[in-house]
Amino acid sequence: MASFNLKINGTTLEVEADPSTPMLWVLRDHLKLVGTKFGCGIAQCGACTVHLEDNAVRSCQLPVSAVGDQKITTIEGLSENGDHPVQKAWLEVDVPQCGYCQAGQIMTASAFLKNNPNPTDEEISTAMNGNICRCGTYTRIKKAVKLAAADSK
Amino acid sequence: MTLVKTKIGRRSFIRTSALAGGGMMVGFSWLASCKMTPEQVNNLPKEWFDINGFLKIADNGLVTIMSPNPEIGQNVKTAMPMIVADELDVDWKDVIVEQAPLNLDVFQRQLAGGSQSIRHGWEGLRMAGATARKMLKQAAAKAWEVPEAEISTAMGRLEHKASGKSAGYGEMASAAVQEEKPDEAPESIEAPEEVELKSIDQFTIIGTDRKNVDGPNIITGKPLFGIDIYEEGMLTAMIVHPPAFGLTYKSMNADEAKGMPGIKDIFHVTVYPEDAEKQWSDGGGIPELVAIVGESTWQCMQAKKALQVEWDTPEALESTKSYGDDLSKLLEAPVEKPARADGDFKKAFAGASKTIERTYTAPFLAHNTMEPMNFYANVTADKAVLKGPIQTPEFLEKTLASVLKMPLEKIDIDMTRMGGGFGRRLYGHFGVEAAVISQKVGAPIKLVYSREDDMTQGTYRPAYKVNFKAGLDANNQLIAWYVKGVGTNDDLIFENRFPAGAVDNYLAEKNSLNTKITTGAWRAPRSNFIAGAEQSFMDEVAELAGKDPIEFRLELFERATSNPVGDPEKNDYDPQRYAGVLKLVKEKSNWGNGDKARGVSAYYCHNSYVAQVLDLNMNGNQPQVDEVWCAVDCGIVINPISAKNQIEGGIIDGIGHATFSQMTFENGAPQQQNFNDYRLIRHSEAPKAIHSYFIDNGIDPTGLGEPSLPPIVAALANAMYKATGKRVYNQPYILEKEVVG
Ligand code: FES
Ligand code: FES
Repeated sequence: MASFNLKINGTTLEVEADPSTPMLWVLRDHLKLVGTKFGCGIAQCGACTVHLEDNAVRSCQLPVSAVGDQKITTIEGLSENGDHPVQKAWLEVDVPQCGYCQAGQIMTASAFLKNNPNPTDEEISTAMNGNICRCGTYTRIKKAVKLAAADSK
Repeated sequence: MTLVKTKIGRRSFIRTSALAGGGMMVGFSWLASCKMTPEQVNNLPKEWFDINGFLKIADNGLVTIMSPNPEIGQNVKTAMPMIVADELDVDWKDVIVEQAPLNLDVFQRQLAGGSQSIRHGWEGLRMAGATARKMLKQAAAKAWEVPEAEISTAMGRLEHKASGKSAGYGEMASAAVQEEKPDEAPESIEAPEEVELKSIDQFTIIGTDRKNVDGPNIITGKPLFGIDIYEEGMLTAMIVHPPAFGLTYKSMNADEAKGMPGIKDIFHVTVYPEDAEKQWSDGGGIPELVAIVGESTWQCMQAKKALQVEWDTPEALESTKSYGDDLSKLLEAPVEKPARADGDFKKAFAGASKTIERTYTAPFLAHNTMEPMNFYANVTADKAVLKGPIQTPEFLEKTLASVLKMPLEKIDIDMTRMGGGFGRRLYGHFGVEAAVISQKVGAPIKLVYSREDDMTQGTYRPAYKVNFKAGLDANNQLIAWYVKGVGTNDDLIFENRFPAGAVDNYLAEKNSLNTKITTGAWRAPRSNFIAGAEQSFMDEVAELAGKDPIEFRLELFERATSNPVGDPEKNDYDPQRYAGVLKLVKEKSNWGNGDKARGVSAYYCHNSYVAQVLDLNMNGNQPQVDEVWCAVDCGIVINPISAKNQIEGGIIDGIGHATFSQMTFENGAPQQQNFNDYRLIRHSEAPKAIHSYFIDNGIDPTGLGEPSLPPIVAALANAMYKATGKRVYNQPYILEKEVVG
């Protein structure tokens, strides 16, 4: 066990955990930030996606000891009132079915659009390819990403 | 406008009362149907009359609709209240939808959240809204001293045009349930015995796009799912199940694992004792497991790695190869009697001018809901409290009563939103596992399956094999059709579906192979395979006849309409509705034009009709679907934006599994454990565009969650043939070799 001061969603939180513990479980089990989801645990599904600084990362592969000073943003901290352009686009297009994968999809999409505000369809597909949606909302996700890109202009 | 009765004999579908704090409440039965005769009503199960939905109208005009049905991803939590609100005539923005807490005394539990919920709930939901509206009108008529018939309603308001009087629903809500005699208990107020339902053209909410009511919670990451439950003092539990089907627990060495940080206990657990009264919903639940209980999920996962469990092999183990062989043998073996026989298939086939025979296969599939199986349980000496994602709580409760040796009244089960179902959460063994683990450690626990636990547990879509034969006469008319299907623990064939009734000489046979690998319902059971096989074969038969595949099918539907073979009552489809979707998709896809490789397919299941056209390009041996046109006849569409979401999901799901997915086994051990070796469809592989169209026919609504999946498998195969000149017979198409199992 070790103690970590983590910068999450704009606040510093103290956590006692084994250094090997993936951020996914620190967020869920220790901090009760359950918006970040467990899907596979092996970097295959993207359900656990969070932002480490400005990059989308798989929190199931990120040991708490590797975070240090870097800022983490989870779905709970993406915007104050659920009004990030990507979140708004998700509602507008009515993307979710079961909804379980969607936080991960939104975190991947928002980091991607920050780096590439004018993506082509191809680029969207490639960027989103690591996020599985078992319910098959892919065509709507693409529509929502395009809408968010257009709206942030 | 239709008049319906809220009461038949002594049984009432509606109960009304005053709301504490002002306002009115209408309790209703989600399952009630008012189109029945008294005899039918008397034969209905009791729970059809249980009040299990509530509609509240507060003094401020806010309407709350409480649904006992948890959300599984089919958006019934939005669609069902839309139906109530439409009949009630309120503004949708004044409606709040709540998931009703499941209190044993108030709500009767039921099979929850399936694609048939709307079909079953349709009448009851409408009646509830109409009853409340009528009572509000009665109250206003009394207050204003005008005839009830002169009062109109719209957008949550009552109006009497002649006198210029108007009022919001909230103002009349308390009066609507006011007793004549104030000394009597308000609960005893009787609902009107007969209420008026709107005609289709009067709908203002049904048929319009309404966004998912849980959307804002989903996109902000609110705790909605079973796996999100964290209770005071709760521990985490994980299980170790046998690594191969057919193995049983022998012994373990947990010395090292027990000493690991955060680990509370590790023990062998009997989930189902020999005397347990199991329900069908216990499905492939594994009787004996090892449980690990600890402070956090990661700690349990680490201990699991250090744990050594020994397993016994009481019998020979089964493999993919043995299943393939056994299914082939079964396919050749004679059956005792046919499932259906019209005319004389053998004779007609022998005398046909042209004949064709083909065999199709498909492997086992896992459900792989994104949210792995999990359940919360707190079992103490005198109470069992459980919460989690399950569709069959009333069956779980019965099993628990037997396993925990506890009376039903002491068992409480709450349902949470479900991170996908596809049939998987009908089988609630994980709830039983959570309960016995909690009982043994004497603490509240949340059982969480790892992805590997989830994927290798079993309860799979069965492996299937089907053989078709067809014969054409000299005029290229289809005169003989034969189908024989076999599956693991499942016999595959719906003998009364198309083309039964459209072919003079028709023979259907089926059989099932018992296997240790457990199977269960998987999105559109049986249809998910047989549709693809049948509609691929139909394409080849049309080609053999030298006819356009759509025209060929339309000819058969014409035959089934004008001169059906056999008893038309027996035919489990309406040929005209079938033809309707085909014609619509033909028009919308501009069939017959363009140079793309395209395929067509049509199927009927879950009471709905679907026809699809699909365009694709090949990328090596991998199809890349370009566009899909999909025509659907599911009766009245409640919420088009969400209905289209279901259709798109079913299409992507169908393309994905048919192209990429399989579970295989070696000596009983699943060879796929996680998403690195079990291929699911991904963004870049999904169709570029899906266009959905609905038949507008005013028929009562039918299933939407399933019907778009089965036919797309054949639309894909038929388009692949157009692109490559080669037919595909074995799923997953990316391999195109016989896997089976
Ligand atoms: S849980 Fe991290 S990628 Fe699947
Ligand atoms: S919405 Fe269910 S997994 Fe994506």
